[in-house]
Amino acid sequence: MSVLTIDGVWKNFHGHSVLRGIDLEVEPHEVVSLIGASGSGKSTLLRCVNLLETVDDGAIYLDGEEITDPRANVDQVRRRLGIVFQSFNLFPHMTVLDNITLAPRQVHGVARAQAEEQAHGLLSRFGLANKAKAYPDQLSGGQQQRVAIIRALATQPRLMLLDEVTSALDPQLVVEVLQIIRELKESGMTMILTTHEMGFCRDISDQVCFLDGGVLVEKGPPEQIFTAPEQPRTQEFLRSVLESGRF
Amino acid sequence: MSEWVKSERQVERERVRRSRARRSASIATASTIVFIVLVVWGITNSPGWPRVRETFFDGEQFVAALPDVLEGFLLNIRIFVISEVLILVIGLLVALARGIRSPAFFPIRALATLYTDVFRGVPTILVIYLIGFGLPALKLQGIPSDKATLGIIALTLSYGAYVAEVFRAGIESVHPSQVAAARSLGLSHAKTMRFVVVPQATRRVVPPLLNDFVSLQKDTALVATIGPLEALRQAQMHTFNTFDYTPYLAAALIFILLTIPMARLTDHLAARTRRRRGA
Repeated sequence: MSVLTIDGVWKNFHGHSVLRGIDLEVEPHEVVSLIGASGSGKSTLLRCVNLLETVDDGAIYLDGEEITDPRANVDQVRRRLGIVFQSFNLFPHMTVLDNITLAPRQVHGVARAQAEEQAHGLLSRFGLANKAKAYPDQLSGGQQQRVAIIRALATQPRLMLLDEVTSALDPQLVVEVLQIIRELKESGMTMILTTHEMGFCRDISDQVCFLDGGVLVEKGPPEQIFTAPEQPRTQEFLRSVLESGRF
Repeated sequence: MSEWVKSERQVERERVRRSRARRSASIATASTIVFIVLVVWGITNSPGWPRVRETFFDGEQFVAALPDVLEGFLLNIRIFVISEVLILVIGLLVALARGIRSPAFFPIRALATLYTDVFRGVPTILVIYLIGFGLPALKLQGIPSDKATLGIIALTLSYGAYVAEVFRAGIESVHPSQVAAARSLGLSHAKTMRFVVVPQATRRVVPPLLNDFVSLQKDTALVATIGPLEALRQAQMHTFNTFDYTPYLAAALIFILLTIPMARLTDHLAARTRRRRGA
């Protein structure tokens, strides 16, 4: 069964449709990338999946259960999702360790000792073992974003949503964050990500979706989308990305 | 791509949402009614209730005292409005004075700090006594002898110190990068304050300022202690004649009627700020 099914989702803001009937299936262990210009609706789609936005039509299913049902428990749904934001959003008044163990302890009822052991395990796996006691403002942007990813990971989510996770980082810091995402893919994590890093996207994705004006214009395996896009709008977008030197 | 036509599913979903909203509303109504009934029942069944009803809820006394209390309340409003304007001016000036870094102006900075320390420490009612009785006793030329004016001076001094701190917190909450940007355009410290920092700070401090003003509205009643015929004093005089406390209730009601709109305005502004920050 698909991890996530998006079925004809519409989202309107002030009488203007930002998502215009999106359909998408995400299979277990699959990495799906959403690409497209700013305002194409890719971030809004992610916000709909984690229920930060209410859809205006259509439905979203997580493991076959409709999460867009008004009677669905929003907190229950979000417990099964891991979300990482562009701007890290670590809690500045907590150490790295407390940031990571907050949700396992407060939401999932894991004992402190066990939560901390797991957090230390994740930190050393991703090369941050010596930062457990540090506060977010003592870390570089790349380190902060890696902590944010670990924080999302610590609740053992069914699906990870990564929204432009490298956009706020210096180029040399992007690499370390991309490396972590590669490792997640190898460990079998199911992920949806939006990104402007086309090289990385081509590398890591099983499925690439090109959005334009709230419409899913074209989707397919990365080789096809990046070498032989069928839709003129996809071709035009990739050409402009090429010209800006970001590919 | 086609235009959006609401699907069956969405129509059904909106129906569910509406029925849930209706259910929430009826639960809220029911629990409010239960709450009110319990409170009223608890009070009216207390042993002293008959006596309290006689001395605090006497309709005739209420009607008799209301015109005088209302007339007194006009003075409260006058005290309140005049002090409010003065407090804003003094508060902002003191806050700015505390931010001056130039060594030549050290005395001003020290004076501003001393002022906020002293007047935030002394209870408002003491300030009113000291100003109300002490200032005229100096017998200086030009010192007002009108008790209401003296009350305004006392309230302004007391609240000015609080409001100065509110302004200062607002000024300090403006990110240093804003000052850096203004100074790097060549603006002086004063112009940076005037055009960049204070406008941003003011917007942020409006809710806490209004909160202080709600508090000021009721503290105008403290001026009663030095004699002017404002609402509380008028109520007191009625009470002295009849030993019935209903006039106090009338005064309380009038004060509430004025503070409620102010409190709602504060909530509204705070909510608007939250929305703008996209929370």
